[in-house]
Amino acid sequence: MFSYVVRRILVSILTLLIASFLMYMLTALSADPLEELRTSSAPNKDELIARRIELLQLDVAPPLRWLMWVGGVASCLAPFAFECTLGNSIEGFEVALLLPPAMASTIRLVTAASILAIILGVVVGMVTALRQNSAFDIGTTFVSFFLYSLPSFLVAVLLKEFGAIGMNNFIQRGDPPQISLIWIIGLTVVSGLVWSLIVGGTPYRRLITFGVAGAATAAALVYMNLTNFFLEPSLGPVLLFLLIALTIVGVTALTAGLRNRRALIAAGIVGVIGYICYFTLQGLFDVSTIWTLLILGVVAIVVSVLVGFAVSYFGPDKGQVIRAAGITGFFVSFFVLIDRFMQAWPSYMANPRINGRPVATAQDATTGYSGDVWGTGIDQLMHFALPTISMLLVSFAFYTRFARAGLLEVFNQDYIRTARAKGLSEQTIVMRHAFRNMLIPLTTIIAADIGSLLGGALITERVFAIAGMGAMFNNGLRVLDLNPIMGYFLVIAILAIAFNFIADMLYAVLDPRVRVK
Amino acid sequence: MTDKTKSDKSVKAEVKSENQWTLIAKRFFSNPLAMGSLVVFVGIWLFSVVMVGLGPIPGIWDLNYSTPYTQVAPNGAPVAEHPFGQTTIGQDYFAMTMRGVQNSYFVMIVIGGLGTIVGTVIGALAGYYRGWVDSFLMRMTDVFIVIPALVVGAVIGRISGGLGIYLLAICLGLVTWMGIARLVRGEFLTLREREFVDAARIAGATDRRIIFKHILPNAVGVVIVASTLLAASAILLETSLSYLGYGILPPEVSLGRLISDNQSAFSNRPWLYWWPALFIVVPALAINFVGDGLREAFDPRQKRFSRRRTKELPESA
Repeated sequence: MFSYVVRRILVSILTLLIASFLMYMLTALSADPLEELRTSSAPNKDELIARRIELLQLDVAPPLRWLMWVGGVASCLAPFAFECTLGNSIEGFEVALLLPPAMASTIRLVTAASILAIILGVVVGMVTALRQNSAFDIGTTFVSFFLYSLPSFLVAVLLKEFGAIGMNNFIQRGDPPQISLIWIIGLTVVSGLVWSLIVGGTPYRRLITFGVAGAATAAALVYMNLTNFFLEPSLGPVLLFLLIALTIVGVTALTAGLRNRRALIAAGIVGVIGYICYFTLQGLFDVSTIWTLLILGVVAIVVSVLVGFAVSYFGPDKGQVIRAAGITGFFVSFFVLIDRFMQAWPSYMANPRINGRPVATAQDATTGYSGDVWGTGIDQLMHFALPTISMLLVSFAFYTRFARAGLLEVFNQDYIRTARAKGLSEQTIVMRHAFRNMLIPLTTIIAADIGSLLGGALITERVFAIAGMGAMFNNGLRVLDLNPIMGYFLVIAILAIAFNFIADMLYAVLDPRVRVK
Repeated sequence: MTDKTKSDKSVKAEVKSENQWTLIAKRFFSNPLAMGSLVVFVGIWLFSVVMVGLGPIPGIWDLNYSTPYTQVAPNGAPVAEHPFGQTTIGQDYFAMTMRGVQNSYFVMIVIGGLGTIVGTVIGALAGYYRGWVDSFLMRMTDVFIVIPALVVGAVIGRISGGLGIYLLAICLGLVTWMGIARLVRGEFLTLREREFVDAARIAGATDRRIIFKHILPNAVGVVIVASTLLAASAILLETSLSYLGYGILPPEVSLGRLISDNQSAFSNRPWLYWWPALFIVVPALAINFVGDGLREAFDPRQKRFSRRRTKELPESA
């Protein structure tokens, strides 16, 4: 294993070197950074040319310049590097200083998009596999093929028009903004149909599902209208209570099964603690920073796990109970935070920089806006929501197809037949036997997908004018500015190689049948 | 297949192999979605050829894609003379879109064809010879995989921008073969261990003959499916590059370029967005469905398996 890892790392470095050489030569030989100066009519033309030659070391032949560049990269990647250089851009900025803020922006976007895509894709894919060849399955297949064929710039234009401008108009013009009756009826019918297709079963059961889901949707929409949700959103004690109760039941049912009383009790205790915290922590939230929230989040998860541990101390199934409690803890803290963000919404909307039009179409933060952690949080969300959606659609389709195929394949295995034969419940079979084994090949897919997401960020960042790495690459490419292009390439290539490497390692760890040699 | 090849195999095997291809064709033709998609896919191309012609051959649409005409309707709205409307300077948007469709198809076919050929050859050599050939070729593939195709494409497109659509398509084809190479290599690694390969070798067949006449026909299903999917992604690659401004440059027309030029006019002249968008999405969708239909035709196990599963599931649920 150790020699395999070492060899893989060496091969990766070699790959990186060759790829960077090709890229460097390709760009260096085709670009003439002096062209614009040669044709310029500035009186100090010769001096400018000489200065640029010195800045970009153009007097050195490209292969040698590449060596110098590699030397600079090596000093950056070496630990305790005090001198780090990735060369200068044409304007004379150091790429090593331009890169980190751009990276932060892009990585945030790609991380959010891929995590959401994985979760949504796996859930939807599993449901389609469980309801194979149902109308829901066929519909989802169609949608995912459609998403495959949809370039992200098309989605981005639509999102900007309807998601941002349309939504802003809706919020600003309506006084107070009300969802119209047509929308309520439409959404109710759609939600009822989708849920009845997902749940399936006899026509009677479908009808019941249709009624319940439709009624719940209609109630939620009417509630939003009545409470002026778009201007003063809040969950409030009642809704929060309902959500927590649903979470307890849902999480227990999925992770342990409702028959497992210990898991239900543990999740219930966690829910009650969370509900109490909701009332007691509001004062602390008002003065919180991002770090306070992080610590609170960690504490919440630790407490949940401890509760699970305590409840299951004298019984079997420790793992399941702890898992149920932990996941419940996560969701409950999430809801409590959502509620607090909602409380900060009116003051965010009232800010003169926002001026009642919250959904942003460009940049990664509102210029000149400053607020507490809640305000900036909302600001970030409003800026990153649309780019993230436009990025995750393709990945979502990808994961849906993959999870569906994976689960169907696992279902065909003998151990699933064994599990069925010994009379395990469907929940146990799906969640404990099939789900985990389905996830193993997913590691490889995620690595490949993150590579293409990083490439796709080029377009998304362009459309939404986000100053990320893609924008840096784009601007560099427009003037054929070598060093920023190579800086971008370096980050993309290292991430791609690293993710592939991690995926292979994980695969070997997760699936003992895979031997690395 | 030539007569020479047929003599390699017994009569029985020959009949069988013919049957297999007929079966595949039958399965594909009986798939309404795939057939419909194929008709749409070819139909769009034929429509554009009939309308604006192909190369020097004129079509029945007499307006040019580059000439600015006088604005007929206010705001360049669609009218009978200009069914897709007009751009701000008065070009006929229908002619432009059709020209864009042809360019899109051209780039797609070149990328799909070139990527398939290069990928198949590299994958076949790596999988057949194994050893250092395999290591070398696969490391080379890794080098190309490291960089997203869009990024290489952007650099190449930016550089070759002045060189026109032919060179662009060829360059893009040379950086999109990696997926197929890996796939073909995997197929070859398993197929080369089969008895018929040993038999061919004992009969004295050369390596080239074994690779191209014995193993490749057995791997062709995988290749065809992968190349249709590559073609689908090629449409998106070209339009995305053109959207970024590195692909097909004016005066030549690209659908991606049309979108990026007109996206700010979306709210008051939406047709400038919808028509090119339609002609990007529909061919890509159609060829994706064709690829899926081919996959099912080549590998019917999945479908049969799924039918059995549906019967099983409701009982156990």
